[in-house]
Amino acid sequence: MSDTPSELRYLATHEWARLDEDGSVTVGITDHAQNALGDVVFIELPDLEQDLIAGDEAGVVESVKAASDIFAPVSGTVIAVNDLLDGEPEKVNQDPYVDGWFYKVSPTDVAELEEMLDADGYLEVCESEEH
Amino acid sequence: MVDFSGWMLPVNYGSQIQEHVAVRSNVGAFDVSHMTIIDIGGINAFSFLQKLVANDVAKLAEWQALYGALLNERGGVIDDLIVYRQPAGYRCVVNSSTREKVLAWFAAHQLPDMTIDEQALSMIAVQGPKAFACVGEVLGIDTADLKPFHAMLDRHDNMIGRTGYTGEDGVEVMLPDEEAVVLWRKLVEWGVSPAGLGARDTLRLEAGLNLYGQDLDEDTSPLASNIGWTIAWQPETRDFIGREAIEAERITPKYQLTGLLLEDKGILRHGQTVVTEHGEGLITSGTFSPTMQCSIALARIPAAAAGDCQVDIRGKLKKVRIVKPPFVRNGRIRIDRK
Repeated sequence: MSDTPSELRYLATHEWARLDEDGSVTVGITDHAQNALGDVVFIELPDLEQDLIAGDEAGVVESVKAASDIFAPVSGTVIAVNDLLDGEPEKVNQDPYVDGWFYKVSPTDVAELEEMLDADGYLEVCESEEH
Repeated sequence: MVDFSGWMLPVNYGSQIQEHVAVRSNVGAFDVSHMTIIDIGGINAFSFLQKLVANDVAKLAEWQALYGALLNERGGVIDDLIVYRQPAGYRCVVNSSTREKVLAWFAAHQLPDMTIDEQALSMIAVQGPKAFACVGEVLGIDTADLKPFHAMLDRHDNMIGRTGYTGEDGVEVMLPDEEAVVLWRKLVEWGVSPAGLGARDTLRLEAGLNLYGQDLDEDTSPLASNIGWTIAWQPETRDFIGREAIEAERITPKYQLTGLLLEDKGILRHGQTVVTEHGEGLITSGTFSPTMQCSIALARIPAAAAGDCQVDIRGKLKKVRIVKPPFVRNGRIRIDRK
């Protein structure tokens, strides 16, 4: 059973987003996603200061098996990217919610987070994909 | 698990990379029971194979094997296969994705006084530097005299070929299903790592071995697929199917299938466009190489291209170097990383 923290919001395309105390939103991919992808070997992150609209392609995660697009869960300007993943992409497998984060945005509208799935809603999506 | 030509096969048992490393440094086992095994017998078995296989089975001594291709009249590759010479006939191991068309092709070219019998056998590949030691102990057989691309029988008359698809030493054992389950358990008990389809793909790509459907297909000649060495042009009188169609290309090849090493960041994948000074090409297989820790590929590019070129990865041109496969063989990297 994959780990799906209740304090995060999710997209059906397997991204998670977290509203941090400083008002920024951190984005990554879920434990379920990393498990399905297998060994992650390369991540293409958005550029710093890039403006993303919710639903935009924000990057690509490549495992040994395949390449998958990452979609922006919320709109905003990219204020940080996880440089650690450049040398240690396996962090996405080992720790998808902490060390394996992808990027942070200064959100345009935090209400977009409310349109995302909660943990239960996301688990339902995962379950339906398996059938 | 994935559906692979009707067979449910594991892509990986745990970490695909760990399975890959286990085969390169120790020993791994693959359940390759999906492969199609066809025995050819009767007095015309030899003539039949001489007509259908582009390599020359006359080269085979008893229990010896060769790799080759079945060509269509246009010189395209219907399938690649291994042919083993047995005391009374030949055993062909072909792919699973091509099973039906190969059986139909064989039936269409069947000669009088010969038999074509598909074998309902399982197949387990044990591969890696410790594969030989392991199989000798587990099966209780003496493998000392088993040379590469040769086969022998074990005590239960199951065929063991010193063949594989990983670039490491090892064997492939063909045996009844019930015995395969027992053997698998014994191998795991011995310390062999189960390895899935995923590791099988990265290992064969590092070894520069083709995958049918990606690096080989019915519309492309073996000469443009890096297996020109498997075509036996001598004797001139042997009129194998496809010979006439590829004869001209033998002198002036337009394309080569060769290796690429990505020098930028990213992963090379099947279908990406290669841009060279001599025109465009296509990646037929691409992946991340766990041994080299960078991305590698097989690509079909203009025959004259050499040195540096570029690959279009999602609209960005990335720097790649054209290199001669294999990338890795017997645990060693064969490409100079600069």
